[in-house]
Amino acid sequence: MVEAAWLIPTLPLAGFIFLVLFGRKLGEPGAGWVATLASAGAFVATLVTFGGLLSVEGPERFHVQTLFTWIQSGSFSVDAGLLIDPLSITMSLFITGVGTLIHLYSIGYMHGDAGFARFFAYLNLFITSMLILVLGDNLLLTFLGWEGVGACSYLLISFWFTDPANATAGKKAFVTNRVGDFGFMLAMFVIFSELSSIRYTDIITRSGEIGTTAATVAVALFLLAAAGKSAQLPLFVWLPDAMAGPTPVSALIHAATMVTSGVFLLTRLNPVLAQAETWSLGLVAWVGALTALFAATIAVAQTDIKRVLAYSTVSQLGYLFLAVGVGGYVAAIFHMVTHAFFKALLFLGSGSVIHGLNDEQDMRRMGGLYKLMPVTGFTFIVGWLAIAGVPPFAGFWSKDEILLYAWNADGIGGKGLWAVGLVTALLTAFYMTRQVILTFFGRSRFHDVTAPELDEALENIAAANRQAVIDAEAARDKAVVAAEKASGDLVKRNEALDKAKSKVEAATVDVARSDDADEGHAKLVKALDRATQAVTKASDALVKANNAVDAAKELVVEANAAVEQAQRDADNSGNAINVTVPHYVTAVTAAPDVAEVEQHLPASYRERKEYHPHESPWTMTVPLIILAAAAALGGVLNLPFNHDLHFLGNWLAPSLFGHEAELTASAGTKWLLAVVAITVGGVAIAAAFNLYVKGRGKPASVEKRILADAWKVDQSYASFFGGPGRALFNLASAFDRKVVDGAVRVSASAVNIAGRAMKSTQPGFVRSYAWLVALGTAAVLVWFLGRLLA
Amino acid sequence: MEVTQTWYLVLSAMLFSVGLVGLLIRNNPLVMFMCVELMLNASNLSFVAFSGVYNDIAGQTAVFFVLVVAAAEVVVGLSIVVALMRIRPAATADDLTALKG
Amino acid sequence: MVDVIVFAVGAVVVMGGAIGVVLNPNPVRAALSLVASFFGVAVLFVLQEAHFLAFIQVVVYAGAIVVLFLFVIMLLGVDSSDDLSVQPLVGQRLAGVGVGIAVLVLLLAGLFMSGPGGEKGTVAFTGAQSSTAAISSDHPDVNQLAVDLFTRNVLAFQATALLLTIATVGAVVMVKERGATPKATIEQDETN
Repeated sequence: MVEAAWLIPTLPLAGFIFLVLFGRKLGEPGAGWVATLASAGAFVATLVTFGGLLSVEGPERFHVQTLFTWIQSGSFSVDAGLLIDPLSITMSLFITGVGTLIHLYSIGYMHGDAGFARFFAYLNLFITSMLILVLGDNLLLTFLGWEGVGACSYLLISFWFTDPANATAGKKAFVTNRVGDFGFMLAMFVIFSELSSIRYTDIITRSGEIGTTAATVAVALFLLAAAGKSAQLPLFVWLPDAMAGPTPVSALIHAATMVTSGVFLLTRLNPVLAQAETWSLGLVAWVGALTALFAATIAVAQTDIKRVLAYSTVSQLGYLFLAVGVGGYVAAIFHMVTHAFFKALLFLGSGSVIHGLNDEQDMRRMGGLYKLMPVTGFTFIVGWLAIAGVPPFAGFWSKDEILLYAWNADGIGGKGLWAVGLVTALLTAFYMTRQVILTFFGRSRFHDVTAPELDEALENIAAANRQAVIDAEAARDKAVVAAEKASGDLVKRNEALDKAKSKVEAATVDVARSDDADEGHAKLVKALDRATQAVTKASDALVKANNAVDAAKELVVEANAAVEQAQRDADNSGNAINVTVPHYVTAVTAAPDVAEVEQHLPASYRERKEYHPHESPWTMTVPLIILAAAAALGGVLNLPFNHDLHFLGNWLAPSLFGHEAELTASAGTKWLLAVVAITVGGVAIAAAFNLYVKGRGKPASVEKRILADAWKVDQSYASFFGGPGRALFNLASAFDRKVVDGAVRVSASAVNIAGRAMKSTQPGFVRSYAWLVALGTAAVLVWFLGRLLA
Repeated sequence: MEVTQTWYLVLSAMLFSVGLVGLLIRNNPLVMFMCVELMLNASNLSFVAFSGVYNDIAGQTAVFFVLVVAAAEVVVGLSIVVALMRIRPAATADDLTALKG
Repeated sequence: MVDVIVFAVGAVVVMGGAIGVVLNPNPVRAALSLVASFFGVAVLFVLQEAHFLAFIQVVVYAGAIVVLFLFVIMLLGVDSSDDLSVQPLVGQRLAGVGVGIAVLVLLLAGLFMSGPGGEKGTVAFTGAQSSTAAISSDHPDVNQLAVDLFTRNVLAFQATALLLTIATVGAVVMVKERGATPKATIEQDETN
């Protein structure tokens, strides 16, 4: 049964190869089902192997299955082998189990995506690498899996790589991990130099041969590696950015599996840790504790639903490191398992919310979703209770165990570690409650207008008003032109009248002068009549022109008034509109009234208005339900009441070789600590409830700007590497160019110069060359003779 | 008096030095070549002499090879001379100063 | 006794021919002296029972190589005598002769210096007698030479064959005239 172990990593690998070759042809949803089946197959193989281990007695649960010889170089040989013991099978169980659920979930989540088959190929490759990491029987194989998961993480974070931000996030993850990998390699070399072997069986049996200094150095380097992979201080910066990948990726890789590899590594190497000096273990514990606190403070102020969970992951991983540092390996693995359950649940739940809200991720625009997405809401609440440490959910038991071991530790400030852990638990409960309230309860803010949208509407209105002013001014200018034309007309008519009158006068004079001559007289009289008529016409025209001028003047006055009105409207446009975007604290009961500006709001608002949030399909909700059950009941793995109920502890004992710390606390202390933890959690939940539901107090006092900016860590890294860092790089590069390359070039030019100096000695005279050869021959003969005589 | 191998060796030495002197004195390329052939013959003679001394056939094999290689050398050398003479008729060894530094 | 006379004659012919090559101003006469020298060497080969080599010497050296020399001399018209008294470098002839004499003296000295286990005045042959390639007087030397050549030295044999091929090709390439193609000349002949 145990021999089935080789199937565990190979089935997903086969899935990966199949999908690479035929995935595109299979398309949706065939590729997804193939991948899920491969992962499920690995889970079944793990169960079979698990059964095989159960059938043998405790100390014998340590089986190495060698598949083939991988490297054979002189005295250094590395086999590709699998180490099957309780620790690796536990990891394998939840990797394949949670992994299969996430595969199933992704079939629904990635529906309609162009890279559907590619996604599942990468997921299967990831599962394979992770399984190689945990099942490998030597450090090199673990490192292979380590690098493999790092590569898959890069591929999956930048899955939608056409957006440069996603590609950058992937690169950041990979580069930050690489810093850790450097630590891993150096630690591997240290182990090899001490033991001449990197096989776990050798490390375990011969751990006593490792010197204390070497062990301490190795532990510090492994801590560096684990800090990179598990996102601890100072290498945690990649994990929040990694949320740029699809949500199933965040759930699988950055919650349940890859990020736990660091803790797995330290647990697997517990014999080495036992050999190291106490301060290095204290370092592990304090790094974990401080990271936990640090990340929890940041999570309080985040508004993106996935970022809260990302920082929460960093914080919970800090707990795992804390546990390892104080010698609570079982507690660490226990919390790792429960964390896998509830964190995957929370991530998948948030993914379901995002999917249901048409890719909306900002919690300020959620709210009131419980009625619309009941399954998601219910399972999310189970996850919340688990992570907040509310009994009897799983998270309470595991977190409490870690705090107990922290209290128990001495020599490394155990009580201080406990205090830090407690404060972190308080913050965890607070921000998770905040998240649940903002997402699922209160008023539904999805259809609210957002501040940017409102600004855009106001901008549109202002632009319209400005346009109105311009139009009015144009009309006024037209009226003015018309008025001028009318007055010009009037002047002309006046002149015409004067002319006509003068003509009448002249005609009258003519008539008066020529009264005797009959011929001309009649004509002149006619001329006089005509002239008189012309005068009448001209005076009529003058009257009309006068009226026209008056009308035009009236129009100009009206146009001026219109311009002034438009100007006033434009100036008052901002003040008149009475729409405010309320703060998102859920206590505000009414949605803002946007009737005034509705037609000016941009298209995004209208799209959102049409959309109705809905529950996700069964492929997404079934995994949520299963994980919720696990998160609720997971505590039974390691109940602290009775030694027999310590299932996980007893199960893992063969892998721990008695390096688990000794608990010296009395039962009374344990109860007291548990009560304190529960109280703290309750206080935090109540505070969050008060702030966000009842609306007492201002959220801004908690959600400070600097927390939202993650204590400006990213900016400080960027400015360091851009500033002094870059100066250092330039210095190193200049050194390489000028000094190192320069030395080579100097030697070359020395040869050149020497050659040129010698060139003038050549006469070019062939016979002299022949003569010199002959002379040389004679010299050789002399030498031979010398040897003969000697 | 018997002809020992020593006599052949002495003769070979004399032939060799005559060839050497000729090479250094003459400036007609073809005659210089002929002097080289004289030196090769001298070495052939000594090879055969030693072959007789040590009763080893390898000496005669060496002569065989020297002969063949000398033939090849003459072929190539004369073609070089011909090519040279085409460009500059009546050139002597002293005129070939292209290697002057 | 006969050996001594034959040797003396052969030696005189060899040396006479050599000195003729060196001292004759006319290249054609020098070539003929060379032929004489080669014949003398062939005689000496016969005297040492290397009959095959003597045969080869006459055929290849005297027959082919010197003929080649004469061809080139006639072709290029360099049969004019060169002036032996012109010296481009002062004392160059003297230096040449000096080196030649020095080499001769050194060679003879080396020949007659006694090695370990020999008397002064005789040549000390210190090598061992060969066992594998011993010359036996029963078989003709051709056969023995052939056996040695084609078994123990077959690689060298192949290499020299290759060398000859390359030399021939190289010679053809080098003396080929650039530019003029056979086609053009034929056409020219036809139009003419």
